[in-house]
Amino acid sequence: MAMQTRREIYKGIKDIPRPEHLAAGTGLCGGCGGLLALRLFHKALGPNAIFVNAAGCLTLLAVFPFSPFHSSWLYTAMASAPAGAQGIRDALDVLIAKGRLARADDLKVVVVTGDGAANGIGLQATLAAIQRGLDFYYFCYDNEAFANTGFQMSPASPYGSRTATTPPTATLPAGTTTHKQDLFELWRAQRPAFVATVSPAYPLDLLDKVGRAGRLAGPKLFISLSSCPPGWGIEPADSVAVAKLAVDSGVWPLKEGRDAAVVHTVTPHHRRPVEEYLRTQARYRHLFDPTRQDDILRQLQADVDAYWAAVTRT
Amino acid sequence: MARDLLTGNAAAAWGARLAEVDYVPAYPITPQTEIIESVAQWIARGEMAARMVTLDSEHSMLTAAGAAAATGARVFSASSSQGLLYAFEMLYTVAGWRVPLVLVNVARAVAAPITLEPDHNDVLAARDSGFLQIHAETCQEVLDSILMAYRLAEHPDVLLPVMVNLDGFYLSFTREPVEVPDLQAVREFLPPYQPEHARFSGSHAMAQGVAVLGGSAYAFFKYQMQRAAEAAGAVHGAIAAEFSQRFGRTYGAVEGYRLDDAEWVLVMSNSFSTAGKAEVTRLRERGERVGLLRLRLIRPFPHEEIARALAGRRGVAVIDQNISVGKGGILFAEVASALYGRSAPPLVSFIGGLGGRRFRSEEFDQMLATLHTAADTGGSSAPHLLFTAGEYRQVRDMLRIAHGSAAVES
Repeated sequence: MAMQTRREIYKGIKDIPRPEHLAAGTGLCGGCGGLLALRLFHKALGPNAIFVNAAGCLTLLAVFPFSPFHSSWLYTAMASAPAGAQGIRDALDVLIAKGRLARADDLKVVVVTGDGAANGIGLQATLAAIQRGLDFYYFCYDNEAFANTGFQMSPASPYGSRTATTPPTATLPAGTTTHKQDLFELWRAQRPAFVATVSPAYPLDLLDKVGRAGRLAGPKLFISLSSCPPGWGIEPADSVAVAKLAVDSGVWPLKEGRDAAVVHTVTPHHRRPVEEYLRTQARYRHLFDPTRQDDILRQLQADVDAYWAAVTRT
Repeated sequence: MARDLLTGNAAAAWGARLAEVDYVPAYPITPQTEIIESVAQWIARGEMAARMVTLDSEHSMLTAAGAAAATGARVFSASSSQGLLYAFEMLYTVAGWRVPLVLVNVARAVAAPITLEPDHNDVLAARDSGFLQIHAETCQEVLDSILMAYRLAEHPDVLLPVMVNLDGFYLSFTREPVEVPDLQAVREFLPPYQPEHARFSGSHAMAQGVAVLGGSAYAFFKYQMQRAAEAAGAVHGAIAAEFSQRFGRTYGAVEGYRLDDAEWVLVMSNSFSTAGKAEVTRLRERGERVGLLRLRLIRPFPHEEIARALAGRRGVAVIDQNISVGKGGILFAEVASALYGRSAPPLVSFIGGLGGRRFRSEEFDQMLATLHTAADTGGSSAPHLLFTAGEYRQVRDMLRIAHGSAAVES
């Protein structure tokens, strides 16, 4: 069971807008958690949006001659999607101010990027956009690796997970030996207008955050932990269930930061064991098979417990 | 119309101001900074109705510039050397978006060794990117070329970004008399940008820069860029004719200096052409029938104009202020390709002016002597690397100081 903060706009499942702005039939993998989260995200934004993309899985949404978006799309490069958002936002503002574009034609500008770009090559451009107070949305689908290129380790890959470049071996039994970069706190250090984590398994939480953030001018940043069937080693049909277990085990806290405060919007009071979440995915199989790596499993549970203990204390 | 003493950088800023650009994404780098400082000051005083934003890098700067142009704004930006190369990926990208951005490059040699003075390895590295290139000799030409560049870039048969090059220090910081045209006259020459093909708005959804799978679609779009660049030659000619009529200054794809009866031709570009022209005058006084061909439009490359200008000469020296390590002069190879299959004069390649290195008069004497020999023995593609005995001694002295002893053998 989980306690949820009071939602303001999307209170029940019937409040989810019916219009689809992102059509079905894309070339993405079945069960892509990132695509599901983006589809919900777009519902909350409404149709007048432009998605500014950095290289990654979702770049394959728009492949000539098709785009699944009813809205606009600009693929930029891996490092500089936030700078593309800056150029578009500024151009729209200038053209509206000079009377060359109708106010009704204004667009919400959204960066769409994976965790690889967000945590590394694109971080400089992102922090700079926050520093400038750019009025934009930033949507990071975090599948915890460079998934589009075959699931190599990224700064967002968790300790103890297998990736194509951190294979578990006798000498390195954990697989990934580094810890997931805290992108939420990196952003929050600059006090953007809004910063949140979301999950495709908690659609009302996601929609309400996007809807409420829309009332604020400035940088509005979202990280969606995005279940990745081929990379995580799960069945496409289980994608939402695994994403939900990430939240319910406390591994992926749903929270938001406004001004100086962080509020946890979903608090799992009876957290499921982390092991239960790990067991659903082939990328953690080496922690159980052929031998159980108790020290790593204990560490992963202890990390989650420590996080929530700190949350409860404050 | 006002006549003023302007630096090349100030002339570039005036070009942007008179073009009434909407947006100037910026990032400082020597020797370009005076351009964005001037623009910033005008905007702050309310004399220029544009928005300027300082980005976190040239890579971001060019991304913002291209994205704003894709949205429908008239955009200006400027960079140099390391900055241009830092943005390199985006040169290809925004050219592929087919947006009419104008980017000034203030030429500066590329590290290592790190330095500030000019050569053309930075701008010529971008020659394959899809940006058209105009290389300016004078401060006046910088201003005029920016106005012409917007007409060229925004022409429906072209729709490619344009780079206007001026040499750092020698032009960027040198004051020359410049006629600053009246805004009204410029407006008649360069009306406001009305994007038809590329713009984002609520009522006009567009997917730009989308991926293609497979070579056919990729090749199709790249070939379109090639065709547009080919068309840009004639479009530039028409724009130049109109500019000449309106403002009284004429710019061709190439410029001939004392070419009419010239037997020997020096091919040069940018501000060092001014020094080259002075050498032509000096050599003429000695009775040598020498002329100079200045390359102005580098992309599209004016094959026909070059072939016409060089036909029937006894010898041609291509003087490159760049070095393609392992090949030689970049413009030499391009000029040679323009002459291929025609009855071409002997061609000789010289490399000089790297990192702002000045040419000496004796070097022009030497180049002419080499041409005389080549007229009998034929040209050669191996580059002559200009360097004097005095310079060699100077560098050896520096090495000796660096080693702290007389360790450098003679």
